Amino acid sequence: MKAIVTVMLKKGVLDPQGEAVKFALRGLGFSGVNGVRQGKVIELDLADGTDTAQVDEMCNRLLVNAVIESYTLEIL
Amino acid sequence: MRAAVVVFPGSNCDRDMVVALRKTGADVTTIWHKDVDLPINLDLVVIPGGFSFGDYLRCGAIAAQSPICRSVVDHANRGGYVLGVCNGFQVLTETGLVPGALMRNSGLSFLCKTVHLTVETEDSVFTSGYGQGTEIRVPIAHHDGNYFATESELATLRDEGRVAFSYSDNPNGSSDAIAGVLSSNRRVLGMMPHPERAMESEMGSTDGQALFRALVGQTITA
Repeated sequence: MKAIVTVMLKKGVLDPQGEAVKFALRGLGFSGVNGVRQGKVIELDLADGTDTAQVDEMCNRLLVNAVIESYTLEIL
Repeated sequence: MRAAVVVFPGSNCDRDMVVALRKTGADVTTIWHKDVDLPINLDLVVIPGGFSFGDYLRCGAIAAQSPICRSVVDHANRGGYVLGVCNGFQVLTETGLVPGALMRNSGLSFLCKTVHLTVETEDSVFTSGYGQGTEIRVPIAHHDGNYFATESELATLRDEGRVAFSYSDNPNGSSDAIAGVLSSNRRVLGMMPHPERAMESEMGSTDGQALFRALVGQTITA
């Protein structure tokens, strides 16, 4: 089984990288870009039957810094 | 004063830190990150600057999970002194010993220059050698020094006088221009600027000396 963890900066936390990408897109002439948020995707290759609670624990203990980040979890 | 400097793969300010501590009279050893236990009768642990584990995942995140860091947390919980500089500050936030997180600089550039700091409190062993409100000159060298904490955490830091240093001219977008923060027992300091790089007039500033002199004067064993 696979787990896809999508980590994003929390709402309200300024994302300077996303802002830079937004301005670069505008510089290319894409006028409709109101905002860009940049995050990361972590793909976990797990033993079949791994408890999703364990994946949440992985997120909380290492993969995600809850001070500034939030995450969503998708099990495939 | 017995001090230990922790060395991770990617640490690059460990030798400067050892030199600064020795110059002020501390008995200093270095500890490899795979060591599990700290030396006995240790007063101070320093986590130096650098790029521990290549800054993979997040700055300091992997280092904070290393076995030695569990011992550093135990040392702090026993009332021992801990100093984290630059990457060391990032590691300390990841362990939870000091609040907040360090994000990418707001201008996105790596910053390497000497900056002016204001000493916000003299109520700690780290800052007792400076007068409150004193302006000092200390180098910074970081890409991720943009201090973030929630409004309530910032209010707590302000109310408890736990902001140790602030930038006079906020270079990286830090909340409240914070450059260094203290733990609630005031024995753990995390700071982005490098006091160990301000020890000789040849380095451009000697303003780091007062921090090490005051700190090394402490001999409480945790």
